[in-house]
Amino acid sequence: MKSFFNYIAEIFSGVWTLLTGMKVTAKYFFTPWKNVTQQYPENRDTLVMYDRFRGEVIMPHNDNNEHKCTGCGLCENACPNGSIEIISKSIVNEEGKKKRIIDQHIYHLGMCTFCNLCVRACPSDAIVMGQKFEHAHWDRSSFTKVLNLPGSKIMEGIKE
Amino acid sequence: MAEFSEKYIVTDEIKADEYLVNIGPQHPSTHGVLRLLTRLEGEIVHNVEPHIGYIHSGIEKMTEALSYPQIVHLTDRMDYLSAHMNNEAVCLCVENALQVEVPERVKYIRTIFDELQRLASHQLWWCASGMDLGALTAFFYGLRDREDILDIFEETCGARLTLNYSVPGGVMFDIHPNFQKSVKAFITKFRKKLPEYDKLLTDNIIFQNRTKGVGVLSKEDAIAFGVTGPTGRASGFSCDVRKHHPYSAYPYIKFDEKMGTDGDSFMRWKVRMDEMWESMNIIEQLIDNIPEGDFAVKMKGVIKLPEGEFYQRVESARGEFGVYIVSDGKKNPYRVKFRSPGFSNLFTINHIAKGWKIADLVAIMATFDLVIPDIDR
Repeated sequence: MKSFFNYIAEIFSGVWTLLTGMKVTAKYFFTPWKNVTQQYPENRDTLVMYDRFRGEVIMPHNDNNEHKCTGCGLCENACPNGSIEIISKSIVNEEGKKKRIIDQHIYHLGMCTFCNLCVRACPSDAIVMGQKFEHAHWDRSSFTKVLNLPGSKIMEGIKE
Repeated sequence: MAEFSEKYIVTDEIKADEYLVNIGPQHPSTHGVLRLLTRLEGEIVHNVEPHIGYIHSGIEKMTEALSYPQIVHLTDRMDYLSAHMNNEAVCLCVENALQVEVPERVKYIRTIFDELQRLASHQLWWCASGMDLGALTAFFYGLRDREDILDIFEETCGARLTLNYSVPGGVMFDIHPNFQKSVKAFITKFRKKLPEYDKLLTDNIIFQNRTKGVGVLSKEDAIAFGVTGPTGRASGFSCDVRKHHPYSAYPYIKFDEKMGTDGDSFMRWKVRMDEMWESMNIIEQLIDNIPEGDFAVKMKGVIKLPEGEFYQRVESARGEFGVYIVSDGKKNPYRVKFRSPGFSNLFTINHIAKGWKIADLVAIMATFDLVIPDIDR
């Protein structure tokens, strides 16, 4: 007889605890303005990432198409998975000296793990982490990027 | 209360009324690519054989070709839910080997990040194990609140999951100016949310009947299997590395090691829920007292460890995480071994799931908080 009453009591306490739980869900059901869902593809125009967000490696250029990269190769060494390749070329400057400058700063986005080690290693702050995060593409070859723009030069006053 | 069947058979031959069922590698309740080869009679589990290796990525071998700062970013990918603890373990190991004393500010920041990461991990564990036990609402609520912590991470270090925030000698960036404000706002908010979690699941009678007394792991077995973390503490095994071998800012603060007694699934659940409260207490003690100073000491361009063997352990969200580095004096380690908590915890499953129903096996797995890349590495 005792177990029978326990059984009935358990049913009632079960219903009661269910109702307690449903009170929580009902609270959110009737207060939809407390919901935090972002309407992502629609809110693209207003979506702002945090300024330290690590989306991709970019090389900022100024208005005269100049960058800060000296082609020293420290980022290439710091990269754990070989997603940066530096191709340099030698030129003869005005004083007649031979000088090595950067030809292509190749960045393989598909290999990158966004660990920020290259940006830390860069002595002249030539590369930074960008804000773009929508990298999906149909073609894998588009993940290999050349970061220095065609015809770009190194900025004046950057220590080699 | 779930029923326990005593008459399980421990012979290797498959009996006529037994059959083999693969749970996984692609099963939602295994939380990853883990294959459990179960031998069943009807619904009763006779034997569970975990088969791992489906997501083995050879991280230990890969580290032999990398320099020490580069190793740190790989450890994110092992136990991705306690990424910062893993990073910290490698950094502490390298710092100890080089006898580098990091600034106080770094210790405080690292400890706050540890506890935030533990909160985020336990939130995900809470919601995912709720989902395993059939409570889908829990999944959404847990992920919703975890989002706040991930936003804090993203604001300070630019990443949400694979943080790579610790570097040998300090942390990668100084904390964001908004950091303290947003952490405090989160804690005030989450202190109101946690009782909701209890109302939703912990107090629920269906949930309690499914977990109480199910999958009892005794203290002796926990010690024998090397079970650590909340799983071991639920069995009464005092194994908190933060308490017994304090690192970073843990010596400066007061906190309780949350212990259980029964060692059943419900106790494992309860210990983790209590740990969330304790983590918030720890953060509150630290967040206003972050000392001024540098956020990293200047390390050499190429870090070379002296010849020898170095070990460092930290308390990750699921137990004791250890890094063992053998160095031959070069810039790459000779050998690296990671002691992951999930590996030892998983292999108790055959011991404690025998004789229970297959639905109880899911409940046991849910309260073990398995992360498969942590087990496979």
